[in-house]
Amino acid sequence: MGPYDFKPRSRDGLGIDWPYTYDDLAPYYDKVEALIGVFGSNEGLENTPNSPPGILLSPPRPRAYELLIKNASAKLQVPVIPSHLAILTQALDAKKVSALLHPNDPRAAGTLTDAMRNRLPCIWATPCGRGCAIRANYQSTTVHLPPALASGNLDIVTDAMVREVIVAPNGKATGVHYIDKKTGQEVQARARVVVLAASGCESARILLNSKSGLFPDGLANSSGKVGRYLMDTVGSDLSGQIPALEGCPAYNEDGVSGMHLYTPWWLYQQQLSGKLDFPRGYHIEIGGGREMPGVGTFEDLDDLTGGGYGKKLKEDARRYYGSFVGFSGRGEMIPNEDSYCEVDPDKKDAWGIPVLRFHFKWSRHEEKQAAHMQKTFAEIIDAMGGKVLGKPQLDGKKAIAPGGSIIHEVGTTSMGADPKQSVLNQYCQAWDVKNLFVTDGGPFVSNADKNPTLTIMANAWRSCEYLLGAMKKGEL
Amino acid sequence: MDDPQRMDRRQAVKWMLAASATVSILQLPTLGGGPARSGYGTDPNLLEVYKPGDFWPLTFSKEQRRSVAALCDVILPADERSPSATGLKVPDFIDEWISAPYPRQQADAKVVLPGLEWLDAEAARRFHAPFADLSEAQKNKICDDLCSVQKAGRGFERAAQFFAKFRELAMGGFYSTPEGMKDIQYLGNVPLAKFDGPPPEVVAYLKLP
Repeated sequence: MGPYDFKPRSRDGLGIDWPYTYDDLAPYYDKVEALIGVFGSNEGLENTPNSPPGILLSPPRPRAYELLIKNASAKLQVPVIPSHLAILTQALDAKKVSALLHPNDPRAAGTLTDAMRNRLPCIWATPCGRGCAIRANYQSTTVHLPPALASGNLDIVTDAMVREVIVAPNGKATGVHYIDKKTGQEVQARARVVVLAASGCESARILLNSKSGLFPDGLANSSGKVGRYLMDTVGSDLSGQIPALEGCPAYNEDGVSGMHLYTPWWLYQQQLSGKLDFPRGYHIEIGGGREMPGVGTFEDLDDLTGGGYGKKLKEDARRYYGSFVGFSGRGEMIPNEDSYCEVDPDKKDAWGIPVLRFHFKWSRHEEKQAAHMQKTFAEIIDAMGGKVLGKPQLDGKKAIAPGGSIIHEVGTTSMGADPKQSVLNQYCQAWDVKNLFVTDGGPFVSNADKNPTLTIMANAWRSCEYLLGAMKKGEL
Repeated sequence: MDDPQRMDRRQAVKWMLAASATVSILQLPTLGGGPARSGYGTDPNLLEVYKPGDFWPLTFSKEQRRSVAALCDVILPADERSPSATGLKVPDFIDEWISAPYPRQQADAKVVLPGLEWLDAEAARRFHAPFADLSEAQKNKICDDLCSVQKAGRGFERAAQFFAKFRELAMGGFYSTPEGMKDIQYLGNVPLAKFDGPPPEVVAYLKLP
């Protein structure tokens, strides 16, 4: 996220400010990027921060269709720049990164160096989404857990479905109560500090289910804000067919599993001067070309050829394969009072734990943004000399993907500066229970168009540093 | 059960999951999205070898399989560049696909199964035989009425939607096989030491800067 994204209310009067600034989190962004390995470039664009020199890995070369999109977008003053993805395009400098991250702890640096040396650069094959055997693609299971286990300080209990946080009569958390999914047994895990990172919503569910005489409305909920300000990302897609790509010589266009180029939000100034009818931005993710075929690759053929079958269909497949492009807008949602989750009074899951029920409403801010996405995508396809597949949906209510479908649910355990208005302080520490923390997407009070994972990790890192300091000082 | 013509179950499941995983990066968020349905149990473990029906029963009857095979080969016949759809066992793929308990696959089953029933009824109405027993010309006559959602005539709208769905699945199965990939010249999924971007002939063809 960028500086504007942490102070949205101060900037345009809408939404909620974070209790800290971009500058407070910036060092942790740099550390996370160094740790996980992110490719990209520094373009110096508005509210799209650079990383310090030496942090980003070199971005992969653009694909042919991406260059066509870039050329067409340039005509519309829409920037297209290298994407930032956590995939190793080159080997990590394990020693250098480890020393940077653990300057005063040679043992930790050594453990991390060993783990990092087990990661190989991308081989430009196999889909990242199915797991990366060579660990080029960042995943917590291959990147975080091995060095943590090697430290000897970590036990992992799997198949443990947490029901609630246990609280002592003095109001402090003493551990969690979970159900062993394999045996159905009820188990208690004791702890000096409890950190929930069950993902946005699920952490709220655990808190709301942790009811006691001391905390009758659920744990850490004296503000009544647990479950409130649920956000997802605004999503809307449009595809096109580009005649210029027909007949293009074939080549291996796989690259990494994901876009090599993308468009960050570019109309901050127009928004500031009131020229747009929606307050927050979106980025554009692009796809297409000669990607691995599967179900759906030819779903738009009907639109193009008027249907068909037989030998002609095979000819059509050869002609049109590789000539499709797709645009996905991913935009900011402003938190609102109508979007929240609460414990369902009746329904329970397979382990007898009450489930959440959701209330969700897009506002006109998001709907108008989705309509703008559709209009922009159609203009880019047009500028490419292409044909829009289907029709651009200019009615925002219909253009916007249903809440929950972009799977960026954040909020529900909001952080803030005022204990009456938020669940957590700026270090993700519960106002009501000082040895309880929530470090997933739950603490977010804005959901910028930027994908949330990097911010979740940077924020968790910052919180953990505070936690460690407090433990060392004997405060926890 | 031990029909040698049929594909090994593990292969069919892997194929189905691979083809659904590669739908498009752009559509990924919506694939697993939506509200949780009532549970469908655990996903198959792809490191194990399963026999047919081990984790979810297959759907097509013998008669349905005949219709599916016949329709597959009308849609994707053999030509000089690649075999026919049945030559690549696409009917097995479609059976596995519509039998899977996931929401998207179940929605497709609700289009495919009534569609197959309609197809045989239509074949009987026009030519007094099941679709699979019709001559090529007769099969084409029926398909000509179905093969375009936009141009489908009155009374054929739903049948045309079935045809479009069936064609999408048949093509998805067909072009995610090595033979199908070769046919449309998908050259990826091979390890490379480096990714160079478009080669000179592509740069020239597209007049890239």
